[in-house]
Amino acid sequence: MKILTANDLTTGDVVWWAGDGWSRLLIEAIDVADKGEEIGQREEIARRIIGAYVIDGEMTDDGPRPAHIKDRIRGLGPTVRPDLTSKPEAGDLAKWVI
Amino acid sequence: MYQYDNYDQAMVDARVEEFRDQVKRRLEGKLTEEQFRPLRLMNGLYLQLHAYMLRVAVPYGTLSGKQMRMLGHIARKYDKGYGHFTTRQNIQYNWIKLSDAPDILADLASVEMHAIQTSGNCIRNISSDQYAGVAADEAADPRPWAELLRQWSSFHPEFSYLPRKFKIAVIASEEDRAAMRLHDIGIELVKRDGVVGAKVFAGGGMGRTPMVAPEIRDFVTEDELIAYVEACLRVYNRYGRRDNKYKARIKILVHELGVDEYRRQVEEEFAHMNTLGLNPPREELARIATYFADPAYESGLSDEIDRTDPDFALWLDRNVVAHKQAGYAIANISLKPIGGIPGDASAEQIELMADLAERYSLDELRVTHAQNIVLPYVKKADLYALWQELNEAGLGEANLDLVTDIIACPGLDYCSLANARSIPVAQKIASRFADNGKDADIGELKLKISGCINACGHHHAGHIGILGVDRKGTENYQLLLGGSGAEDCSLGTITGPGFDENGIVDAVEKVTDLYLDQRQDGERFLDTYRRLGMAPFKEALYG
Amino acid sequence: MADFFFLRDDAPVQEPAVSIESVDEQSNATAVRIEPGDDARALLPFLGRIALVEVNFPAYTDGRGYSAARVLREAGYAGELRAIGDVLVDQVAYMRRCGFDSFKPNQALDDADVAAAFARYDDVYQKTVDARQPIWAKRHEVA
Repeated sequence: MKILTANDLTTGDVVWWAGDGWSRLLIEAIDVADKGEEIGQREEIARRIIGAYVIDGEMTDDGPRPAHIKDRIRGLGPTVRPDLTSKPEAGDLAKWVI
Repeated sequence: MYQYDNYDQAMVDARVEEFRDQVKRRLEGKLTEEQFRPLRLMNGLYLQLHAYMLRVAVPYGTLSGKQMRMLGHIARKYDKGYGHFTTRQNIQYNWIKLSDAPDILADLASVEMHAIQTSGNCIRNISSDQYAGVAADEAADPRPWAELLRQWSSFHPEFSYLPRKFKIAVIASEEDRAAMRLHDIGIELVKRDGVVGAKVFAGGGMGRTPMVAPEIRDFVTEDELIAYVEACLRVYNRYGRRDNKYKARIKILVHELGVDEYRRQVEEEFAHMNTLGLNPPREELARIATYFADPAYESGLSDEIDRTDPDFALWLDRNVVAHKQAGYAIANISLKPIGGIPGDASAEQIELMADLAERYSLDELRVTHAQNIVLPYVKKADLYALWQELNEAGLGEANLDLVTDIIACPGLDYCSLANARSIPVAQKIASRFADNGKDADIGELKLKISGCINACGHHHAGHIGILGVDRKGTENYQLLLGGSGAEDCSLGTITGPGFDENGIVDAVEKVTDLYLDQRQDGERFLDTYRRLGMAPFKEALYG
Repeated sequence: MADFFFLRDDAPVQEPAVSIESVDEQSNATAVRIEPGDDARALLPFLGRIALVEVNFPAYTDGRGYSAARVLREAGYAGELRAIGDVLVDQVAYMRRCGFDSFKPNQALDDADVAAAFARYDDVYQKTVDARQPIWAKRHEVA
């Protein structure tokens, strides 16, 4: 799948394209197919986000999983601060991002 | 320490309002992101992996208790309750909202602080020796010179769109505690015939093409310093490469021209610029220097320290350094608890350090390039009480300059440029050596980890350096040996093929085991490496 | 909005600018354009007849034009010094400090924003070519 991600312009939060808008949760990311670039540009012009880019990923039982470790960490949060991640109770986070 | 006068305060206040206006124009759509990016960068605001990150300047690493407390306040109010002290004596906040940034700058300005030029292709925060003013081996106090340069470089109209960033360090001791020769310009204050002047080095740096700065001038007096540095910058601004950002630092220009030709061009420019009245009068350096005069030390203090508590005695031996004044000591607070995140401190810890500075260190702290904090004016009689409070707050780690006192960049856990995580590697190495107890036996060993080739973690300058790279989508770690950022400055050499995360921890243990086995009397790891060369270490790793 | 800002007392020079390479042979040329890679000092022998120097900023991030401007002012050039190209409101104050006294941006700028930019800082830390007295001089002014 193709996933569109960016940062919220005002807050800087990592966001994912969820079909009808942006979500802070990777699990809500949808497959943007070949529309990612177009949506990203449109949303940047609308001043909702910055730094939009499209990544490869796959759909797993656990939700969308970005192909590259950098984006998995973006989706999760810093692995060295489990309390600040989206899976604070998940145990060994390093395993999920690797 | 330095205090702003009305002029300095007006400058930072105006900057806050300027940035407030810029943020407003950005959010209104009058500035595109492309136009806004350098403006926010010159106010320290990056877009990082998870959020905006704000880098706050700590000029030459010096802070008052009040300023430190403000750093804690910002961590709590605008961030997620912590900050990260960096290898350039700054502090970074990882979770900042763009809309809050102007208010944060205003809060900083209220305590004479700012984030001006902590990023961007301009002259960055001037760094210095964390023991400035209290070390016994100084030719002069480097801080007044650093402050003079801070003011000169702030809002410099000619040098705000340089080919690349520009870092200056000022030291005044033969012992280099600031990695001076790994800066774009390094200044060492020296005394000649009783006169203090600057020995100038140019073209040092780390990154993907590390270089040790060669000397370009053996002596510049205070009367000519600004014109001389302007000349160095002008030659760089005009002729530094702009076609390739990886070749744009001054080190490449100096290297490509050759140091003699660069020096010749600087001297020619200097001969001209020195006639333009660019140099402040001596009264200005003297004015600044009054703020750095020695405090009213108490006399007749005892040098005796009760070493009954063995944990305290260990901390004393490792983290406390001789002061130039009898009865006083320099206390290092390690931000490297075993298994912790190097350089991170919680809002509560930051505020506690502010309190401790006020109570025990004449209201002053220093940030070190090794990501630790220094209390520079502690009475020896107060050390035990100080240590007890530090220890209770998780700040009493007795590991200064040991293998567990690791410099690490934020790495892929926070940084959008990183290829691999740095912090987990630091945590695993520190835990390994604390658990097996070899840390104490090994003694001084400077281990430095970067999560990418940009080298924010100073891996080139580590006795042992680790560089995280991306190998087909997985994290891989190269090992370097033999670097030093100190007065015996040298660049580390890569041992060979890289390792995975656990493999790099084993590799560090293998090379230190070889050292323990082969060392001669008094040799540090670095000395043994230099004596033996790479071959036996390679054999231990790959043989 | 305006696409030309002029801070001098005389009138803007209207002559078309020639390149720095051709200024020697075009001996009646009074206006010249400097590109980022040009050596502004090559112009010094001709300053006597030059009334306009345009310094081009193809990208505002290329700061060589700031040095070019100062070099010319330091050499005594008193004619019009015009910043052209990717000239943005957040750079004009620094440009002025380096000796520019007219601005011809590619894209029109808001007059009020430009005025605010020039008025933003009451004081300056450095001596340059704009005759403003730096803070260090004010601190030690002889009464």
